[in-house]
Amino acid sequence: MLYRENGQFKTSYSADQQIFPIAQDRWLVGALIALAFVAVPLLASDYLMRAILIPFLIFSLAAVGVNILVGYCGQISLGSGAFMAVGAYGAYNFFVRLPGLPLIPALILGGLCATAFGILFGLPSLRVRGLYLAVATLAAQFFADWMFLRIKWFTMDTPSGSVAVSNLQVFGLPLESAASKYLFCLAVLAVIALLAKNLVRSAIGREWMAIRDMDVAAAVIGIRPMYAKLSAFAVSSFIIGVAGALWAFVYLGAWEPSAFSVDYSFRLLFMVIIGGLGSIMGSFFGAAFIVVLPIALSQFLPAVAGLFGVEISTTAVSHAELMIFGGLIVWFLIVEPHGLAKLWSIGKQKLRLWPFPH
Amino acid sequence: MKFRKIVLATAVAVTGASALVAGSAWAQAKEQYLPVLSYRTGAYAPNGTPTANGIVDYYKLVNARGGINGVKLLVEECETMYDTARSVECYERLKGKNGGAALIHPWSTGATFALTEKAPVDKIPLITTGYGRSESADGTVFKWNFPLLGTYWVAADAIVQAIGAKEGGMDKLKGKKIALVYHDSPFGKEPIPLLQERAKMLGFDLQLLPVTAPGVEQKATWLQIRQARPDYTLLWGWGVMNSTALKEAQATGYPREKMYGVWWSGAEPDVRDVGQGAKGYNAVTLQHGTDKSAPIVKEILAKLHDKGQGTGPRDEVGETLYLRGVVSAAMGVEGIRAAQERFGKGKVMTGEQVRWGLENLNLTQAKLDALGFKGVLRGPISTSCADHVGSGAARIHTWDGSKWVFSSGWIESDQQIIKPMVRSTASKYAAEKKLTARTPADCQS
Repeated sequence: MLYRENGQFKTSYSADQQIFPIAQDRWLVGALIALAFVAVPLLASDYLMRAILIPFLIFSLAAVGVNILVGYCGQISLGSGAFMAVGAYGAYNFFVRLPGLPLIPALILGGLCATAFGILFGLPSLRVRGLYLAVATLAAQFFADWMFLRIKWFTMDTPSGSVAVSNLQVFGLPLESAASKYLFCLAVLAVIALLAKNLVRSAIGREWMAIRDMDVAAAVIGIRPMYAKLSAFAVSSFIIGVAGALWAFVYLGAWEPSAFSVDYSFRLLFMVIIGGLGSIMGSFFGAAFIVVLPIALSQFLPAVAGLFGVEISTTAVSHAELMIFGGLIVWFLIVEPHGLAKLWSIGKQKLRLWPFPH
Repeated sequence: MKFRKIVLATAVAVTGASALVAGSAWAQAKEQYLPVLSYRTGAYAPNGTPTANGIVDYYKLVNARGGINGVKLLVEECETMYDTARSVECYERLKGKNGGAALIHPWSTGATFALTEKAPVDKIPLITTGYGRSESADGTVFKWNFPLLGTYWVAADAIVQAIGAKEGGMDKLKGKKIALVYHDSPFGKEPIPLLQERAKMLGFDLQLLPVTAPGVEQKATWLQIRQARPDYTLLWGWGVMNSTALKEAQATGYPREKMYGVWWSGAEPDVRDVGQGAKGYNAVTLQHGTDKSAPIVKEILAKLHDKGQGTGPRDEVGETLYLRGVVSAAMGVEGIRAAQERFGKGKVMTGEQVRWGLENLNLTQAKLDALGFKGVLRGPISTSCADHVGSGAARIHTWDGSKWVFSSGWIESDQQIIKPMVRSTASKYAAEKKLTARTPADCQS
């Protein structure tokens, strides 16, 4: 009843090309963005912003990047953790070596470092496909681990190999409080996600999808596979690199190479698979599932047990958390192999017909 | 029935949501809140679990003794899986609860680095007993870090001295070859500056052999050792890397008597699997090793485990990692006690007050003995504004095939080498961060 598009007529091309053609969608998304920008910083606790929302935003950003490569262009990559690391260390080196460099250019330069690295490790994609490519990109991960552990130049010769940043500022405003960090990450995410959404709707996005669906056919109709694949690697690793820089600068503050271990590559891949391949929205769902759910479970389980008067040990909680989390992944993939984003769009489809399905 | 279910579900959801949103609102009177970051799952669980048991048991014991001047301790564990990001999440979750955390033990080098940036903002002292960053010994720069009971530099220096003693004098080390097999992470790299300094001074040849985490693949490293035949090998490993190294040493035929580990490489889980193969292997212990007959261990057994209130298996009480947990918890408790002496006995202390207490610890041997640490800790452990370590003594213990036995007396690390290194590294950090060293007035606060 509420979600119906009757009477919404599109009278111009621009109206036809909107991201959200249905008015209710526009209102909902507008309200969500307003909520995220205004209500959350006012209402949410420090902990909620610092420990849950900031990681969620940063991983959403990284998942958008991975989704462009894996979901839209079909190039399975296990090197995402390495791209994050290159973004983080690149931004760090520019930030420290060029005194007075503002934060935002440093982040962008970090992203560009990741772009170069991504293109380099995207080259095998011109020859190998699918799982073979996944294994080839794994090399990026090992290479990055080796590089940041052994080449002291990247870590400014610190004896321990761990680096730190502080006194972050954006336009003269200190990035210290939880709300300011949250708003900064949110702004970066909003801008990049909007750009990414428009990119995948444009000609280049169509090329990526054509390559994903059948690269031989795409080549026959005049799409250059090299250009399409490498541009997907470039765009995706730029976004992942910026996310990595944010993770290091804003969330951790001090980090070592193991902060971007191969674990993160897998986690990001799971995010896009669970969230929904080939969907910007799905990246957010996936990030929420992988980042927020374990934390929520670890707090929820003792509360549930407490309700029944049982006190469970930390070990039991964390084992139960892993089991439930694993179970949920399996369940979601059985219920909807196309990810949470697909569930979302099915829900919307049903709402359109509600209450009179035919 | 269905209605009840709905009510129950709502109640659960509300509890969960309020825990998330308003965690800091539940202040409780007269209870000192001490969060514990532990890792009982994940790759390093065999080492993390006994440590966590030790901490929790000591806090329980303090409560059984009547608290700190009547103030009971409220303990909450948070599982980090030894993951830096999870540790930061735990820290953020717990720091504001129940009136605020009085102190935090990060229990991982990665987390120590990340929290070092956050602690000054939140005004919560970090206690890193025998681990963490060595330069944080300088309290004038690292106001909130307390690497109590020794740093990795103290440990490395003690090992060099022990080797010197074995050779019959420090001058005999000239021309000797010493290899360092280390976990390729900030933790493993910590001793390198000190060893390089010592190598320069004493004229031995230092060979650095990194091992990639987690450390199960060491064939190439031990091939290098077989070729280079170092006179001594230091092991700076963690978790599964240690037992692998010992097995490789056995396979290579490298004498275990010539191997010296850091204390993270010198606990029961590291050698138990290797058993007789590790016989003769040495490890440095910062203050304590395994001591099952210590008064504190007996008291924990009598007051907690005999009553079924102990944490973890009874036969692990008094082992190295368990005691590390106990000792580090004790340092925190003594910091709170010292703070109470200045800011009011029987009151709940804030993080800032506890920092003052930790900075003014004066634990004489008599006090330590009275606490039950006779033979475990050596006094005096006394800290100051500039010195956040409090002690520089270590011992070596040796695995005899079934248990650890002390094989050396107390070794005092050479502060004339360590102090200038701490100073210069800390001031480099301060310069990078544009920090100014604390003034004498700040020291009094």
